[in-house]
Amino acid sequence: MTVLVQVDDIAMTFDVSPSLLTRVIERQPKLFLHAVDGVSFEIEKGKTLALVGESGCGKSTVAKLMVGLYQPTRGNMTFDGMDAHATYKSATGLKLRERIQMIFQDPYASLNPRWIVEDIIGEPLKEHGIITDATELKAKVGDLLKSVGLSPLDGPKYPHQFSGGQRQRISIARALATNPEFLVCDEPTSALDVSVQAQVLNIMKDLQKQRGLTYLFISHNLAVVRHVSDSVGVMYLGRLVELADKQSLFATPRHPYTRMLLDAIPKMHDTGRARTAVQGEVPNPLNPPAGCAFNPRCPHANERCRSERPVFKALHGIKVACHAVEEGRI
Amino acid sequence: MRAIDSISFDIAPGEILGVVGESGAGKSLTGASIIGLLEPPGRIASGEVLLEGQRIDNLNNDQLRHIRGRKIGAIFQDPLTSLNPLYSVGKQLTETIQAHLPVSNAEARKRAIDLLKDTGIPAADQRIDHYPHQFSGGMRQRVVIALALAAEPKLIVADEPTTALDVSIQAQIISLLKNICKSRGAAVMLITHDMGVIAETCDRVAVMYAGRIVEIGPVHEVINHPAHPYTAGLMASIPDITQDREYLNQIDGAMPRLNAIPTGCAFNPRCPKVFDRCKVERPELVDAGATRAACWLAGVCA
Repeated sequence: MTVLVQVDDIAMTFDVSPSLLTRVIERQPKLFLHAVDGVSFEIEKGKTLALVGESGCGKSTVAKLMVGLYQPTRGNMTFDGMDAHATYKSATGLKLRERIQMIFQDPYASLNPRWIVEDIIGEPLKEHGIITDATELKAKVGDLLKSVGLSPLDGPKYPHQFSGGQRQRISIARALATNPEFLVCDEPTSALDVSVQAQVLNIMKDLQKQRGLTYLFISHNLAVVRHVSDSVGVMYLGRLVELADKQSLFATPRHPYTRMLLDAIPKMHDTGRARTAVQGEVPNPLNPPAGCAFNPRCPHANERCRSERPVFKALHGIKVACHAVEEGRI
Repeated sequence: MRAIDSISFDIAPGEILGVVGESGAGKSLTGASIIGLLEPPGRIASGEVLLEGQRIDNLNNDQLRHIRGRKIGAIFQDPLTSLNPLYSVGKQLTETIQAHLPVSNAEARKRAIDLLKDTGIPAADQRIDHYPHQFSGGMRQRVVIALALAAEPKLIVADEPTTALDVSIQAQIISLLKNICKSRGAAVMLITHDMGVIAETCDRVAVMYAGRIVEIGPVHEVINHPAHPYTAGLMASIPDITQDREYLNQIDGAMPRLNAIPTGCAFNPRCPKVFDRCKVERPELVDAGATRAACWLAGVCA
């Protein structure tokens, strides 16, 4: 299998310092938020990598880095052999953007309410100069609408005339317009009801088969992730703590955080069974704990975990960052 | 426009009734009409709400104020908007306690600290003087639960209490809610769209669709042996963490808008088992095995 996307030690730091005046008067230092702090993974062509984690763990920042909405502060991303972020800035940047598209979480916010669907889906085609002829454009938009299970007759309608699930299909059609190879999906079904979520996930799966699409699928819902992904990366405070193929991750989760996430999911058919609630919360990313970021919540933490940050490395055929797993304590 | 239509259910002390459905099914309106918080022009057009045998839906605002908080506690989805950002949580708690119970300032404060302790807030005696923005999302929701419990209400209406929270925090809040209500013998109406939360928390569940209850019964039966095709479809469309499936079952179409509810059974355009009668005549809730379902096939196909 060929690797389509490779990410090496990518990092994104935001400067969240108070204003210069406050810093001078109150003698405060500059303050940096390490939203993504050295993440590496690769995605094979035609496969889906899912990133999971709780709010604030840096999932969405990774998505924005992938599509070039952010310039990474460290590390790089290779797409089909090219340095993606160097290419984004060069003359061929537009060509690359054609090949990488994004689907956003909220279909109510990501579609312009004043545009008709035809214009929304047709815009990338015009912007990239793929189709300029009006009748040809209309036909292409009709095809795209059909590919996501809508009708070409929906073209002249406005977004508010559609339900949430239909709107998300419009976003998918727009993302598919330039015939991309790689789709970054940031919580594409989180705003949808379950019966509609199933429709959208099924369409995404069909499209992947038909067009050989590669997905980066970002979600906080492990059940959805299990359904769509080939491999799964678990993020905690800006870093990957475990990266494994789907089967191993769900059968034998290694990192204590992954286990905690899996245990925290309510089991549908086991009614009345209490979940093992894990104590504590995600620490403030401005002031992460020393050593392993998960140590304050981890039942297996010892002195080493509190002082030395574990390295993300291959163990047991997967990649994991945990002293306890490495030492064989768990 | 009828947003919710002929809904009947009861909750026993110490029982948790789940109300589940998709957005726009009328779950929250059902909750709001019980608390008396329907926003005009919304009103209860017919029917009654009884609390401990006493009718509460026809009370005026003053009388309702005494019942809200004292007898009915409410927990809403977003803890940040249910707390006043300008007052410390202690002030908000003591105010609520003193509004309903004749206690001194010192006593109210002691009670407030106890409530915060009960809801699992560490260092409650210091945290009581903090402001809502100094708490994290999960901690804020604990404060909201403490507020709802302040006057020992008989009924708690919790509208999507964990939807805004991460899954690990959600587990903490759910177990808190469950234990605290059982131990105090309060009846709980838990409104959520998350079937997983319903499964682990509730005793009984009511499934709503287009403003009506389509199925109600013990949670185990509804989940494992649904009698209504909508419940069955809903269950099947939830991705399962314990098994791999190539495709999810989907219910085609979307829930009708409230101003365009089809005649007959509201679910008939999406129902895989639809037949002639469903399109003309509306089914009422009937016994269907261990649950009650509003379906012409209830008891036949189940």
